[in-house]
Amino acid sequence: MKAPPFAYTRPRALADVFDLLENQGLNGDGAKILAGGQSLMPALNMRLSAPELLIDISRLGEQTPALTGIRVDGGHVHIGALTTHATIGASPDIRRHLPLLADAVEHIAHPAIRNAGTFGGSLAIADPAAEWPACCVALDARIVLASKAGTRRVAARDFFQGLYATAMQANEVLTEVVIPIPTAGTRHVFLELARRRGDYAIIGVAALAKILTGSISNLRLVYLGASDKPILAERTSQVFVLRKYSESSLQEAQDTLGDELDPAADLYSSAATKLHLARVLTARAMKQLAA
Amino acid sequence: MDTLIETTLLINGESVTRRIPVRQNLVDFLREDMGLTGTHIGCEHGVCGACTVRVDGNIVRGCLMLAVQAEGRAVETIEGLSNSGEIADLQDAFHKRNALQCGFCTPAMLLTAQDLMTSQPNATREQIREHISGNYCRCTGYQAIVDAVETTLAARLEKAR
Repeated sequence: MKAPPFAYTRPRALADVFDLLENQGLNGDGAKILAGGQSLMPALNMRLSAPELLIDISRLGEQTPALTGIRVDGGHVHIGALTTHATIGASPDIRRHLPLLADAVEHIAHPAIRNAGTFGGSLAIADPAAEWPACCVALDARIVLASKAGTRRVAARDFFQGLYATAMQANEVLTEVVIPIPTAGTRHVFLELARRRGDYAIIGVAALAKILTGSISNLRLVYLGASDKPILAERTSQVFVLRKYSESSLQEAQDTLGDELDPAADLYSSAATKLHLARVLTARAMKQLAA
Repeated sequence: MDTLIETTLLINGESVTRRIPVRQNLVDFLREDMGLTGTHIGCEHGVCGACTVRVDGNIVRGCLMLAVQAEGRAVETIEGLSNSGEIADLQDAFHKRNALQCGFCTPAMLLTAQDLMTSQPNATREQIREHISGNYCRCTGYQAIVDAVETTLAARLEKAR
């Protein structure tokens, strides 16, 4: 189908975006921000969304360089909200400092979509099966939200609140994500199961850990597609801490995961299947981390 | 009534200025206003890949971009790539290997394959499959398409020696 009618504006400055958002009130479908368009445009074309106004910020990086691109600053990587998935996948800085993101990119849809879809857009939409939200929780990212009143930083863990629901207010724009570079010796793994390559995740896991002489610490197992938002499985992660990877620790963790994860069935997989697959991925992830 | 925005863009190297309704997708603009019907419309929500075009050198979904967003950009379609001879060898390989039947997916498949061949000239069969995974073909079963791309890659590598 074709998108329903809407008004369209392409502001030249972030300040203009703030003004537009302040004036539209707080009613849900009033105005929508258009960035890469890889989720919003399908929603419009399928008439699942009918905003009165589209605020196109896709070119705002030309005027406001901080909105796009990757910057390494001391112990942090700053990723502008308008940075595309493809740019992240091709970035030597990301490969070096945040290899978890580099590994996750290949699970995000297809090349033509990665060329247009944006990092900030994926976070702002907060699809529970998306890769970036889980990675941001695993990496303890800070999400920068800007409005007329100023900017604030929200921890990724608090940012994602439910199905397509975030801590972002209707007058705010997600401008940047600040990610601490994991300390030396941190290992990572990103695994995902999908019915076809590039399809929505049935279940996935983003994990970070430190392994010193086989002993596991600082483990963070974060699951995507398992709930209405990314789930940091703290108790499951804790099972391995200060232990070596073994069949018994894995068994214990898989049991704990059953208490901690309560996946909802989707069109193709029952809740039991999803939990089983989450356990399978946990085993694969821990083997890779400990290898 | 839709608002119209005067938009200037480059289509296959030619500068075009039109007043475009804001809600018109790039692929509809190319087909209906420019008569460039080689770019196809399948699902209209970014899944099938039939609408793939090149914008500023990168392949994108033509159904997920508004035509007014192409302001100042260089859009290339199958007509452009075909006329310039850029993919003549690939088209020839598709023909020889029967890598198409109904032809609906073919223009977009060619653009996507060409995108792979310029970025990963040493791509393996697995990488070819990965790259074209966002382009649906309901006739060939993909085997012949992967064969044609692989043959063309090998021939280009040989030629570059």
